[in-house]
Amino acid sequence: MTQPQRARPRNEQADREIDENLKRAFDKVASEPVPDRFTDLLKQLKEKETQEKAKQSEEHTSND
Amino acid sequence: MTDNLADPRDDLVNHLGALRAFAISLTRNSATADDLVQDTLVKAWTNIEKFEAGSNMRAWLFTILRNTFYSLRRKRKREVEDADGALSGSLAQKPDHDGRLHMRDFSAAFAQLNDEQREALVLVGASGFSYDEAAEMCGVKTGTIKSRVNRARARLAELMDLDEDGQMELTDTVTAGIVAQQSAA
Repeated sequence: MTQPQRARPRNEQADREIDENLKRAFDKVASEPVPDRFTDLLKQLKEKETQEKAKQSEEHTSND
Repeated sequence: MTDNLADPRDDLVNHLGALRAFAISLTRNSATADDLVQDTLVKAWTNIEKFEAGSNMRAWLFTILRNTFYSLRRKRKREVEDADGALSGSLAQKPDHDGRLHMRDFSAAFAQLNDEQREALVLVGASGFSYDEAAEMCGVKTGTIKSRVNRARARLAELMDLDEDGQMELTDTVTAGIVAQQSAA
């Protein structure tokens, strides 16, 4: 005998549970300490740019 | 403050954790996720002039990340499939405990969602973006996101056979397992 396919009514409570649990899981991962490679990367990008800017403004000054 | 030239790039550091969580939910592999975050940061840094001042930076970053993910995935379809295989393999080893919803059940259900549904659910359900924001990020209509989210939820509920009251006893460990499947500490 085959199980009749019950139409499942939209269940707000279930939706909320799914979202809440996903959110908790997401926030948990999001609040984990971030690997140094990312903060290091941002630092490097910034340093590189600072150097380039310094160079540019030097060139500017000498052009003036 | 007279500094009108505040660099939005200084704000990037505040989104690292969320970017990582989003990347892990897409890739379900922490190493791939970290590479994805790295690519995203470099792209954001070099294209910062495309960021509209005052707009939602997290949404902008998530958009870059997902676009990077999908273009990468087109190139490396096979690798992603392997990751999925590894996922189901590790799930199969989870022991059953009491009568509660098993990790295997929820994770397996989550894994059965297609990428679009999973992404929509993570954006709207987990990250708190509005339907409109998520639609813009995914480059689809708001109605499309709504229907993806609804189908994702319905499918999860169906797969997990939630009872009428929506009783679902998920522990932190269970749910963390969904998002951080292979996040090796």
